[in-house]
Amino acid sequence: MDWTFLQETFISLVSAVPLTLLLAANSIALGAILAVGIAVARFSAIAPVRWLAQAYVFVFRGTPLLVQIFIIYYGLSQFPAIRHSLLWPILREPYWCAVLALALNTAAYTSEIVRGGLLSVPFGQVEAARACGMSRFMIFRRITLPLGVRQALPGYGNEMISMVKATSLASIITLMEVTGVAARIISESYRAIEVFIVAGAIYLTINFLLTRLVQLVEFRLSPHLRQPVAVLPAIIEGEAH
Amino acid sequence: MSSPASSIAPVAISVRDIHKSFGPIEVLKGISLDAREGEVVSILGSSGSGKSTLLRCINMLETPDRGEVTVAGETIEMLAAGNGKSRPKDRAQVDRIRSRLGMVFQSFNLWSHKTVLENVIEAPIHVQKRPRAECIEEAEALLAKVGIAAKRNHYPAHLSGGQQQRAAIARALAMRPAVMLFDEPTSALDPELVGEVLRVMRALAEEGRTMLVVTHEMGFARDVSSRVIFLHQGQIEEDGRPDEVFGNAKSERFRRFIKA
Repeated sequence: MDWTFLQETFISLVSAVPLTLLLAANSIALGAILAVGIAVARFSAIAPVRWLAQAYVFVFRGTPLLVQIFIIYYGLSQFPAIRHSLLWPILREPYWCAVLALALNTAAYTSEIVRGGLLSVPFGQVEAARACGMSRFMIFRRITLPLGVRQALPGYGNEMISMVKATSLASIITLMEVTGVAARIISESYRAIEVFIVAGAIYLTINFLLTRLVQLVEFRLSPHLRQPVAVLPAIIEGEAH
Repeated sequence: MSSPASSIAPVAISVRDIHKSFGPIEVLKGISLDAREGEVVSILGSSGSGKSTLLRCINMLETPDRGEVTVAGETIEMLAAGNGKSRPKDRAQVDRIRSRLGMVFQSFNLWSHKTVLENVIEAPIHVQKRPRAECIEEAEALLAKVGIAAKRNHYPAHLSGGQQQRAAIARALAMRPAVMLFDEPTSALDPELVGEVLRVMRALAEEGRTMLVVTHEMGFARDVSSRVIFLHQGQIEEDGRPDEVFGNAKSERFRRFIKA
């Protein structure tokens, strides 16, 4: 075992972690906002709006993320309209192309997770909100969304982990995130196993922390699913007798 | 127990010629009904008679196909919807009128992510825009009144059915409603929990609250209400003071219904 090489590799790869995290955080955040919009569109009373949302999910879930990255990075620049648009300074950056592709992709999956969460909200609770005179938007914001999000959280945790791993594809379009740096080190050293093991361990650590974070949020958001604190001493007391 | 004042008190709720069909089945066939302030109207009927649908048409949880609903003098404006049915013209008006009607459901329907206290203050704060401190103070008084003040910080899942229903009654009262609507409030409860909810409802009736109660509780209908209505196949078949209706029903069907 060449400890010095592993240590050097580790230091180089850790310096690329901020870019990996930035890619993941930005695309997850953008994707989540888009996903809520798509999920709501799936419930629209206007049929074409529903179809549009369905078509979006079909296309972005049905094609590989890598293909989507290539289309956005190499494809968009083919159109003069885009090259001359206000968005070009953003779209010519590989970083933003990667964020865009990742966000559009995760939005498709996340919208289905959110939709499942919203569907799980008991209709009676929505009706009670209606009977109080709440507007439709208020019901969504104060009742349906909070209840739906709690239901969706375990599934969404999975999706976020997928996204952290999916950022590695951004290395294909020149981004020097963890996998990009790993590939460069390998091309210089020809020591694939060691480098990829270190890279894998870094992803594992990020996802370990992410899983913990999701668990914490889930705990904080679900007091209504736990026993009340006041009951616990009573149970312990009951056991003592 | 009809108080002499109830016949001259102003009309709190007025329902005119309500029709409602679900698919080919006509559930309500032109119901008209007035409830004056302070009246407690029990609505009886076998399942499928349309009694819950009638109650749900009053606050537009079901949209009546035809007919008119007036709450505290304000008539809900309806539009013809093309297919021969009607729909509310102005959603904001419906929301406003709903906020004046307190609804209690068979299955409680408390918001499961909010504590009992949060359930009670939710609509007063966010719909009626009243100051939070005032809402909390009033909510605590209401919870004490229905006997669950000690459970204020518990979540609905941690309460018994009877406690949940009493919390739901407090939630409805917190809106300071003109009329309380009860949709089979004790039907989902274990028999030993029915009494605690009925006691709360009886206390409200004695305070002079206007109440429309869809129920199977014959004792409540007979002893507490000022008026009893019996629905059969979407039409009113009996309507009168409980002593008249129970003692001397005109309809053979109602006599059989109370014997069963």
